[in-house]
Amino acid sequence: MKLLTAFLIGLIFGTGILIAGMGNPAKVLNFFDIAGTWDPSLIFVMGGALAVTIPGYLLVLGRPKPLFENGFQLPATKLIDKRLVLGSLTFGVGWGIAGFCPGGALPAMGTGRTEVLLFGVALIAGLLLARLLNRAITRPAGAARTA
Amino acid sequence: MITEFTPLTSAFGGALVGLSAVLLMALHGRILGATGIVGGLMRFDNASDWALRAALLLGMLAAPTALLLVTGTGPTIDIPVSTPAILLSGVIVGFGTFFGGGCTSGHGICGNARFSRRSITATISFMIGAFVTVFVIRHVIGV
Repeated sequence: MKLLTAFLIGLIFGTGILIAGMGNPAKVLNFFDIAGTWDPSLIFVMGGALAVTIPGYLLVLGRPKPLFENGFQLPATKLIDKRLVLGSLTFGVGWGIAGFCPGGALPAMGTGRTEVLLFGVALIAGLLLARLLNRAITRPAGAARTA
Repeated sequence: MITEFTPLTSAFGGALVGLSAVLLMALHGRILGATGIVGGLMRFDNASDWALRAALLLGMLAAPTALLLVTGTGPTIDIPVSTPAILLSGVIVGFGTFFGGGCTSGHGICGNARFSRRSITATISFMIGAFVTVFVIRHVIGV
């Protein structure tokens, strides 16, 4: 049951993304091109999504727990640091290069288009690379040898 | 390449994305973030978490087919950049979203809907990154 609802939620998300145009790099890149072929549609995607999510979360998070679990898993950290800002800026640079964000690319990968699948492979490579680097910088010097 | 301004269909699609985020919180108690789903599938320490993320991903991958079956037309996906650019972009997006702790769905929709200051900061940061990058590529370098 849990997996079926998760599948359906993924399907609603993916269908919404594709209808909205978030899975279409040409449209996404035009949103960022105010000085050129500007297409402001993506403001409406964010607006439509928040118009549902803000009241929806208010209702849901006011309840004691979700239907299938014992509690809500919300991010604990409130820290605003260089990691958050520089990481997000970097993501934005990548997004501006090809017009795919992860949420746009995943449903688009369902078409089986080679370019989108290649984006997916590169995305995973970048993520694993970041994970390795993170392990190297957060582990104190010499810890690798003693462990 | 010019694309058509589609405020109504885009808002409708966005509302569906919002609905999926609310449902995931109501049923499973989780933030819906594409980065978290991909990253979580690369970790194998918790079988039930992994299965949940796999089911979410399969649902997303089924979306183009569902759209084709219901409307008769598949999604429009125009890619105006080269394959090397796509690969470079993918690596940078993966790298950035790892350190930024999320992307357009997790921070941009779910986090902002909770008025999380972290997510608002992240959203402003990635928007600036993307606006500047597109400006530089299209109007400074002139590709």
